Amino acid sequence: MSSTTAGSTGRARGRNERGVGRSILLHVTLVAASLVSIFPIVWLILTSLKPRDGWLSTELELFNQPSLDNYTRVLTETQFPTWLLNSVIAAGLTTILGVFLASTTGYAISRFRFPGHRGVMWMLLITQMFPVAILIVPLYNLMAGLGLLNQIPGLVIAYMTVSVPFCAWMMKSYFDSIPREIDEAGMVDGLTPFGTFWRVILPLARPSLAVTAFYSFMTAWGEVAYASVFMSQEEKRTLGVGLQQFVGQHWSDWGLLTASAVLIAVPASIVFLLVQRHLVAGLTAGATKS
Amino acid sequence: MNGTTSDRAADATGVRGPGRREKAGTVRRAMARYWYAWVMVAPVVLVTGLLIGWPLARGVYLSLTDATEATMGRTIGVNVIPSTYEFVGLENYVSILGSGLFWEKLIWTVVWTVACVGLHYGLGLGLAMLLNRKLRFRSTYRLLLILPWAIPGFVAAFIWRYLYNSDYGVINAMLKAAGFGAVGWLDDPTTAKIAVIAVNVWMGVPFMMVAVLGGLQSIPGELYEAAEMDGATPWQRFRHITVPGLRTVSSTVVLLGTIWTFNMFPVIFLITRGGPGSSTEILVTYAYREAFTSIRNYSGSAAWGVIILLLLVVLALVYRRALRRQGEVW
Repeated sequence: MSSTTAGSTGRARGRNERGVGRSILLHVTLVAASLVSIFPIVWLILTSLKPRDGWLSTELELFNQPSLDNYTRVLTETQFPTWLLNSVIAAGLTTILGVFLASTTGYAISRFRFPGHRGVMWMLLITQMFPVAILIVPLYNLMAGLGLLNQIPGLVIAYMTVSVPFCAWMMKSYFDSIPREIDEAGMVDGLTPFGTFWRVILPLARPSLAVTAFYSFMTAWGEVAYASVFMSQEEKRTLGVGLQQFVGQHWSDWGLLTASAVLIAVPASIVFLLVQRHLVAGLTAGATKS
Repeated sequence: MNGTTSDRAADATGVRGPGRREKAGTVRRAMARYWYAWVMVAPVVLVTGLLIGWPLARGVYLSLTDATEATMGRTIGVNVIPSTYEFVGLENYVSILGSGLFWEKLIWTVVWTVACVGLHYGLGLGLAMLLNRKLRFRSTYRLLLILPWAIPGFVAAFIWRYLYNSDYGVINAMLKAAGFGAVGWLDDPTTAKIAVIAVNVWMGVPFMMVAVLGGLQSIPGELYEAAEMDGATPWQRFRHITVPGLRTVSSTVVLLGTIWTFNMFPVIFLITRGGPGSSTEILVTYAYREAFTSIRNYSGSAAWGVIILLLLVVLALVYRRALRRQGEVW
């Protein structure tokens, strides 16, 4: 993508009569920004494909005997598969439960003016501000008391306290953008309020559900603080905790780390790129309307 | 939000002929009218109440005691060791607020938040404005620029830690190739601070860019055309159309961004571990470390947490008031 060709074609189609010089400047800026944006990811992938000790190179080299050695080591010689499984289960449960709770709550605060309405709205907003630090100790004791330490359900519950408030807000803004007449039509057809919500409104809110699901998933997938404290047993660790073992204070193996980082980031990025169009609409629906 | 429609909807199915039951108890009427709504919010209220309300109350209580690992009750096998910690009033707060450490951390946290959110918003706005024009490869640029958002925070933190590595990191390799000396990025307080801010900026710009882009696209094009007709300069158009048009989006994302950055955990925890020394430690990571390293100082950590929470609540209230003064309803 050379900036000169881009610049000249830009001029050819520019309706707004942008000069060549400004076109070039525009593209140079965007190319530079894109490079900064993707370079770390590209470098990560390149490093992961180097041979075992390839990362121990002080030279600037893109490729030197590419190999999948790091990947085989990660998958066969480390606990990575266990951590991956734990992360998938925790994130999957967080997503399913989170989407369900966020959508019912979002619907209720969008549609009904019930006593306690404002209270719920405030609660959702304020829980956004809670630092991990204040909750983690009492939550740790609570989990210990309930026997939920080193249990994935315990972790899922903790994650939902993070993801549900924000998701409920997003769902509320989306429901706000669905005309009320649709609900009323459903009621006239003899559906109960639950029936209306479940059969009529939820299917309409699919884009927002996708965003909510994605956000819940990423919250759980990328969480480190709770997982580090709650999951002390080796075989219960999640990816965020487990990976720290590869690069400790005194010993590190960036080959293992880069390969596992690629295994974690690539599927997430693909899903992300699939939902990102909705993400824009889902996030800004509320913000631009309110 | 329009209350009457929903009330009517609830009336239609819930309370039939309200006139006949005028004397019915308010509670029963409210139940009949609103039970759907209450059932729908109940799970969230219960879960948040139990998992945030209770720990919060307990956290506040712990912050008023001298609970540490040694004094906290626990169960080892079949032996139950009772708690021996005592209520000490505001002692923890006094000692935190009286220590230079707190103020040092607070200043760095504020610098960190302002720098990160400022750069997030500035760069996000700039890129969004560039992408909001007609240009070739627009969707390619957009895709490339959005990509860091897709990388989970802890993965990003590890990637960057590798890039910053003094011996094998690519940043130093590039510096050397260009004829400069290597820099121990994470070994010096100043460069370590710059390094963590850079990572956070890298991670956070895509969100801002996308949100602002959404806001820009909701501004009607005719406004710009009309302004151009009237001979407004680009700066005037930006000042009088773009800025007001973006106000709602901006105020929301800036507040969210501020709260998220203030409480940002993985970047600092995983990249520098707060070091060198404790120079890059922000309030949140410090409080976490208090609770879970060496002698676990539960009460101290809880007190730090309460202070952080109060700071954020004050921030949100001030912010909201400022928006109100500008005629913003939020």
